[in-house]
Amino acid sequence: MQQLVTELLQGNRRAAARLISLVENDDPQKRELLKDLYPHTGNAYVIGVTGAPGSGKSSLVDWLLKLMRKDGLKVGVIAVDPTSPFSGGAILGDRIRMQDHALDQDIFIRSMGTRGSLGGLSRATREAIQVMDAFGKDIVLIETVGVGQSEIDIVRTADSTLVVLTPAGGDSVQTIKAGIMEIADVFAVNKSDLPGSDRTVTEVNMMLDMKKSKEWRPPVIPTVSLINEGIDQLWEALQEHRRYMEESGRLLDIRRERVGRELTEQVEYLVKSSIWNQVKEEIELESLVEKIVHRRQDPYSAAADLLDKINFYGQEAEEGD
Amino acid sequence: MNSKKVRILVAKPGLDGHDRGARVVARALRDAGFEVIYTGLHQTPEQIAETALQEDVDAVGLSILSGAHMTLVPRVKKLLRDNGMGDVLMVVGGIIPEDDGRELINNGHADQVFTPGEPLDNITDYIGSKIRS
Amino acid sequence: MDQEKLDRINNQKKQWEEESKRLDVRSEPCETVSGRPIGALYTPLDTGSLDYEKDLGFPGSYPYTRGVQTNMYRGRIWTMRQFSGFGDASDSNRRYRYLLEQGQTGLSVAFDLPTIMGYDSDSERSLGEVGRCGVAIDSLEDMEVLFDRIPVDRVTTSMTINGPAAVLWCMYLANAEKQGIGLDQVGGTIQNDILKEYIAQKSWIFPPEPSMRLITDIFAFAADHVPRWNTISISGYHIREAGSTAAQELAFTLADGFAYVEAGINAGLDIDRFAPRLSFFFNAHIDFFEEICKYRAARRIWARRMKERYGAKDERSLKMRFHTQTAGCSLTAQEPENNIVRTTIEALSAVLGGTQSLHTNSMDEVLALPTEKAVKIALRTQQVIAYESGAANTIDPLAGSYFIEALTDQLESEAEEYFRRIDELGGVLAAIDNGFFQQEIADAAYEYQRAVDQGRQVVVGVNRYNTGEAVQIDLLEIDPDVEEKQVGRLKKLKEKRDGDAVKRSLEELKKGARGNDNLIPKILEAVKLYATEGEIISALKEEFGEYREKPLF
Repeated sequence: MQQLVTELLQGNRRAAARLISLVENDDPQKRELLKDLYPHTGNAYVIGVTGAPGSGKSSLVDWLLKLMRKDGLKVGVIAVDPTSPFSGGAILGDRIRMQDHALDQDIFIRSMGTRGSLGGLSRATREAIQVMDAFGKDIVLIETVGVGQSEIDIVRTADSTLVVLTPAGGDSVQTIKAGIMEIADVFAVNKSDLPGSDRTVTEVNMMLDMKKSKEWRPPVIPTVSLINEGIDQLWEALQEHRRYMEESGRLLDIRRERVGRELTEQVEYLVKSSIWNQVKEEIELESLVEKIVHRRQDPYSAAADLLDKINFYGQEAEEGD
Repeated sequence: MNSKKVRILVAKPGLDGHDRGARVVARALRDAGFEVIYTGLHQTPEQIAETALQEDVDAVGLSILSGAHMTLVPRVKKLLRDNGMGDVLMVVGGIIPEDDGRELINNGHADQVFTPGEPLDNITDYIGSKIRS
Repeated sequence: MDQEKLDRINNQKKQWEEESKRLDVRSEPCETVSGRPIGALYTPLDTGSLDYEKDLGFPGSYPYTRGVQTNMYRGRIWTMRQFSGFGDASDSNRRYRYLLEQGQTGLSVAFDLPTIMGYDSDSERSLGEVGRCGVAIDSLEDMEVLFDRIPVDRVTTSMTINGPAAVLWCMYLANAEKQGIGLDQVGGTIQNDILKEYIAQKSWIFPPEPSMRLITDIFAFAADHVPRWNTISISGYHIREAGSTAAQELAFTLADGFAYVEAGINAGLDIDRFAPRLSFFFNAHIDFFEEICKYRAARRIWARRMKERYGAKDERSLKMRFHTQTAGCSLTAQEPENNIVRTTIEALSAVLGGTQSLHTNSMDEVLALPTEKAVKIALRTQQVIAYESGAANTIDPLAGSYFIEALTDQLESEAEEYFRRIDELGGVLAAIDNGFFQQEIADAAYEYQRAVDQGRQVVVGVNRYNTGEAVQIDLLEIDPDVEEKQVGRLKKLKEKRDGDAVKRSLEELKKGARGNDNLIPKILEAVKLYATEGEIISALKEEFGEYREKPLF
């Protein structure tokens, strides 16, 4: 396993791919590996791209990749698609738009299913970013469908967030989900060759202007991803936001918050898994479930009993026994 | 919770646009619990092998209806080997005459060849059993 | 029929239904191959609203339900047009001359995949594909060989080409001119239907807008210079092969047709100047009656909409002429001889549905390109239907059948419902961008495959009566040296032509692509200088960009 880390740091793409699988599969050795990678992370700038299905996110990412490569940047892409809640399977098709870059050695694209995580991004996504970061990528792009709770997820994960809208047709942009207005650092109004586009741009701008003045006012860029229109301006806006984040100190702030959250999560994770491991050793969970389902016990006292059995409450519990 | 999922690349090498089979199989694989990476039409062997590498797949499924299978399949297999992925399960589907199918399997270019009329469950069962074993 | 009589029939039908319930019925669902439930019995109750004059009329008269020609096959048997092409131009030329000698009455060129996708044979993208699924054509030189000793003023030619249709058409026209034949003498068809490529067949090159422009440029050029040419063959065939139902094939194809009409009108063309040269191409699947009704409904819908919605006045604009091909997707690799029977049933439905031309598949096409023997049987199938079966003796013989008329109506109203949904989405291009068609077809294809797997849909020799015997059949071998030979010829051509003139003509073409002029004269010019297909398409790609598919399942 240590070998994989060494190979990754030497630039071996297969090692990078394997490591992402290990974190994604929650491999027992994952924590050790991430620990070893940690000193080599912290260089990548993370850009989140979100928007409704069919808004043209992948095409925009495809064009942005071209511009990033022109600037000599090495890029990792993580394309997240939902896992079917029924079968646990998924079809991950975002690469279709990006296959022109498949042979570019400095672009690494990875498709991930949400695998049951409620938000659009799983914990594994954040860990995969670490792998790509350690792998030497200057930028990591996260593409995710804007559904469920992914807005929160993406804003907590990305340094800059790009929200892709499409002309609302006859509808007013008021119908756009409330949450999405708050998370964007940059807006793209894609397919802006369609009727209603000007109106959408104006309305988004008006909504932004109504907000209390903030240090950063998200720009609204009309794009047509089909014919490469507005992409230069979009890339410029993203870079502008990055400069703002770095110069204002915001980047350090949000990274501080992020690390704090991660620390909490890790502690919770360790506590939780250590408790469950003990529980599973001690107790036949299934028979307990049977009891509850037949109403011979209630779930509340059953949970308390469980923790009693593993001596979660310490001495007192023993005394009460 | 996250757990190990079987990942399979479904790819269409060559220039033919007949993706009905590839898409139907991709759906069946998803419904059988696989993670399917679909790269779309008109992929070169190089693109397929590199995608298989980046996506760290357990299996590669190639769908070819153009008659170019004897050129394309060995080429993809060789590139996979060059990437250290020679052990990845290789399944081919499409209009493949029986003799050609046998030759692909006997020469180690493919593990299994499926032709029109194969029930979907046979395909998903085969891949599932090969990888889980 | 008067109400009293209908009531009486209704009562009798109820009695019959009661009786039928007491008796045994088969366990398989009685559904068409499209999953449509079919009633056990149709009666005058099902055709109560049928108005003969308004809904059927006479052959050659509005709304053309019974056929577009006054005499139909009493006047002339349909054109037997077998689609073929393989290897290099001289291999295919030999096959064409064989088919003409066997009594075939028109040619239909199958191009290889590199040609279809706009790549030359020496492109790395072409590796392994040259001459495999059709004939490899890189330049006018190949086109000259392909039609060597074939009089293109007397034989009409259909070319299955879409993305690069303008280029191959120009090669055909340039070759005719070199044979000394005026463009007004040349007849044939180019498929040129890009919308169904985005929807189903997936052999696209450029994004939709520039593709539509090339198509309207062809409409305009043909109207002025090549009046006998069918400038487009609006195709349901591939939509069906991709897994659609019969109703979807009907609706999506006609929706595409109307989209081309609107594109022509928007390009400033008079509808009656280009609409008479629009033609159609349908699939003949295995469900005999549903297919017949599909063709009848198609003619009626086309005529009604062209007249009422688009205001076409020329009768020829209202007449839907179509080619039919039996369903490749209905053929089985198991016991391939059974495919002869399937093809016969399908071909008969096309004939009873009033097709203008027909391709019958060869039994071995599910395994490889057809052998000469298999092609001959396929052609003989048509000849038996035409001259032995009696099917060509009377026009639209199934008209008036309660079942046929009810099903024709049903298909028409299902198509209308689809048109409404497409309009709601903002038209065909918006619906493509939306993935609407693609999703509908993918769902139908998946449902069909599940039905076969579960035995609800019987396929003889596959999921029933499967003996597991190995396939014993001769297959056509493609000369493995074709690719090398073709690449060698291309290299020589590039050495001997005037390279500078080619370069200049390509620059002119790019300039034209940036503006609004008709591009056909510029393509024709480049073709005559022996610019290759790949060079012309690359030049256009620089200006137009390339299309990418939608990730839908």
